[in-house]
Amino acid sequence: MTEENTGAMPPRPRARLSWNDPALRALVYQVVVVALVALTAWYLVSNTLHNLAARNISTGFAFLDREAGFAIGETPIDYTPADTYRRAIVVGLLNTLRVSLIALVLATVLGTLVGVARLSGNWLVSRLAAAYVECVRNVPLLLQLLLWYALISESMPGPRAAHHPLPGVYLSNRGLLMPALLGDSLAWMVAALAMAGVGTFLLARWSRRRQALTGHPMALAPWAVALFAGLPGLAWALSGAQLSMEIPHPSGFGFAGGWNLSPELFALLVGLVSYTAAFIAEIVRSGVQSVNRGQWEAAESLGLRRGRSLRLVVLPQALRVMVPPATSQYLNLVKHSSLAVAIGYPDLVSVVNTTLNQTGQAIEGILIIMAAFMTVSLCISLAMNAYNRRIALVER
Amino acid sequence: MNPTTSLTGGTTATPRAPERALHAWQWTRERLFQSPAGILGTLLCLWLLLMTVPPLVDWLIVKATFSSPTAQGCRNAPGGACWAFIAEKHRLILFGTYPYDEQWRPLLATLALIGTLVYSAARRTWDLKLTLLWTGVLALVALLMWGGLFGLSYVENVRWGGLPLTLILSTFGIAFAFPLGVVLALGRRSKMPAIKALCVGYIELIRGVPLISILFMSSVMLPLFLPEGMSIDKLLRAQLAIVLFAAAYIAEVVRGGLQSIPKGQYEGAESIGLSYAQQMRRVVLPQALKVVIPPLVSTFIALFKDTSLVVIIGIFDLTQAAKAALADPAWGGFGVEAYLFIGAIYFVFCFSLSKYSRSLERSLATGHANDNAGK
Repeated sequence: MTEENTGAMPPRPRARLSWNDPALRALVYQVVVVALVALTAWYLVSNTLHNLAARNISTGFAFLDREAGFAIGETPIDYTPADTYRRAIVVGLLNTLRVSLIALVLATVLGTLVGVARLSGNWLVSRLAAAYVECVRNVPLLLQLLLWYALISESMPGPRAAHHPLPGVYLSNRGLLMPALLGDSLAWMVAALAMAGVGTFLLARWSRRRQALTGHPMALAPWAVALFAGLPGLAWALSGAQLSMEIPHPSGFGFAGGWNLSPELFALLVGLVSYTAAFIAEIVRSGVQSVNRGQWEAAESLGLRRGRSLRLVVLPQALRVMVPPATSQYLNLVKHSSLAVAIGYPDLVSVVNTTLNQTGQAIEGILIIMAAFMTVSLCISLAMNAYNRRIALVER
Repeated sequence: MNPTTSLTGGTTATPRAPERALHAWQWTRERLFQSPAGILGTLLCLWLLLMTVPPLVDWLIVKATFSSPTAQGCRNAPGGACWAFIAEKHRLILFGTYPYDEQWRPLLATLALIGTLVYSAARRTWDLKLTLLWTGVLALVALLMWGGLFGLSYVENVRWGGLPLTLILSTFGIAFAFPLGVVLALGRRSKMPAIKALCVGYIELIRGVPLISILFMSSVMLPLFLPEGMSIDKLLRAQLAIVLFAAAYIAEVVRGGLQSIPKGQYEGAESIGLSYAQQMRRVVLPQALKVVIPPLVSTFIALFKDTSLVVIIGIFDLTQAAKAALADPAWGGFGVEAYLFIGAIYFVFCFSLSKYSRSLERSLATGHANDNAGK
């Protein structure tokens, strides 16, 4: 590691076979280190192969096609114990992705709210936000998940005496039940919502360009509201108004109908969202505080109110500071979702763990977990880095 | 970040008169009812507090059962917490299955560790003597926990548990992960491509996967890696996983510090003829590490919390001990109380560490890395 010297040295006259030649030394160091790593790896691999042979475990991913034989509590796609391990693992992966995606959105919203609340001039609001952040950040997530799970499964009443905060919403030790939307129109309406999103985005871009060209601002909000309300409504009408709301109702010893958020998923979601939100809140706070006070003053002197200065002047600059640490919080959230195994939510880790207990294919199982998480992490950081490049300050 | 305003709840936008000059009603008007939105926020918060605090106090204190020889006493008084459970099981939760009569030993070990931690918090104690003290204390802890010398009976480590185990896993985890992390950070900054690639690969691989998968790896794969007949103790395997995991995170923090050192410092060190090792040890690392002390403390807090994950592979730390206490059929169903109790222990440690980290940040706010602070 000595060739930091080379920059300061005159051009070398000729290669000498001497220990004083930094290039040669660097080469020797690298060869030694790589050889050591390779030797260790070879040693471990040969031991492993020997051990596997001694225990009659065959290597390879052939076990994926065998029948899994265990049931999974939550299956976003059809799955029965007669299906293969491959399908079971896909179910686990989908469960991981589902919980991560929902938690990511909710944590961002809650975290931003709490972060802004911490900066509020209102003493009570900022104190409460600070208390929330301190309490949540300083207790291990695993413990919080166990606590939420215990709260739901032990302290919530049974289905008969379920809490009933809103019509059609029941909270009991069976989890959270909410009204579900059913019907053929649903898919069309979701598609229409997506179209409304794309439409608003394009409209926003167009209006920005137009303002840059002509200086005339355009009120975007009415158009967006019209798109978001109109398009799904149109889809509903065109697809034959096939939509009904199924409201859960007590039946027998449990509930019938509606959309059930199981206790495991509920505890995992609440835990992941509240934990990650506390960290995001801190990122938002430090991001806003990193913006020079002069920017606030300039915005104020233009006659902008506090809310508008925050939204139009400060937040866009704070985003530059916030995006890189927020990216690592998102990555952490996805990795933390693996704690689901502790409370029995069938995520990827939990399913693979069952698989490797049944088949003994420990190496393959852990490789699958690692590869899956590496892939998801890589996708998130690629997306966030692309976003970061877009908003980064361009200097000369 | 501006250290002077970072803790005041951010009043960056509207500078106010000094609070001393305000009367109570003025303060109330200024800080609680300054605008329609402010009034709304205050009312919302008051409503939230009213909804949560009275039932919570009711459950935690008013209706709670503090002592009862059996769980029946708690079940007869519904609607309140059962602190009798903690009173009954606190020794199991704090010390695991360590032999009952010998539990003064883990207690003493815990106190020694905490005492040394508190002592090392003061910056004037940071010198070579502190390293010696830590070596001595860790040896003392090992002696107390294992025994087998000086008339102490031998206790094998499968019977260790609870708080001392949590503290040991995190203290040793930090002690070994730190030097490894520094080496990895230096390797990542090296100009030798092979070494750099190895370090980058290691750091990114470890940081890309969840800690549980590394714990699983250490618990199921490590036995396969070793020659037949040789085995590593379960606790040591968990410790190894924690060290390997934490080193990658520490490496990234240290790399940040190394990057913040101006090039002139490297060149200056080079120009007086120091070798690479001397440059790093005498010039670069002391400055780089000082810059990253606050984020390092945050990493340590995260590591301390992460040790709770060893539950997943069945190591008897605080959380696992609580689960064991809950498994007693006579006392089942008090999970909320148990987890709140442990949560409070973790909170005390982590909160004091983070307060400490902030005070360090303030007292270290000097030098080139913080030139913009306070402006």
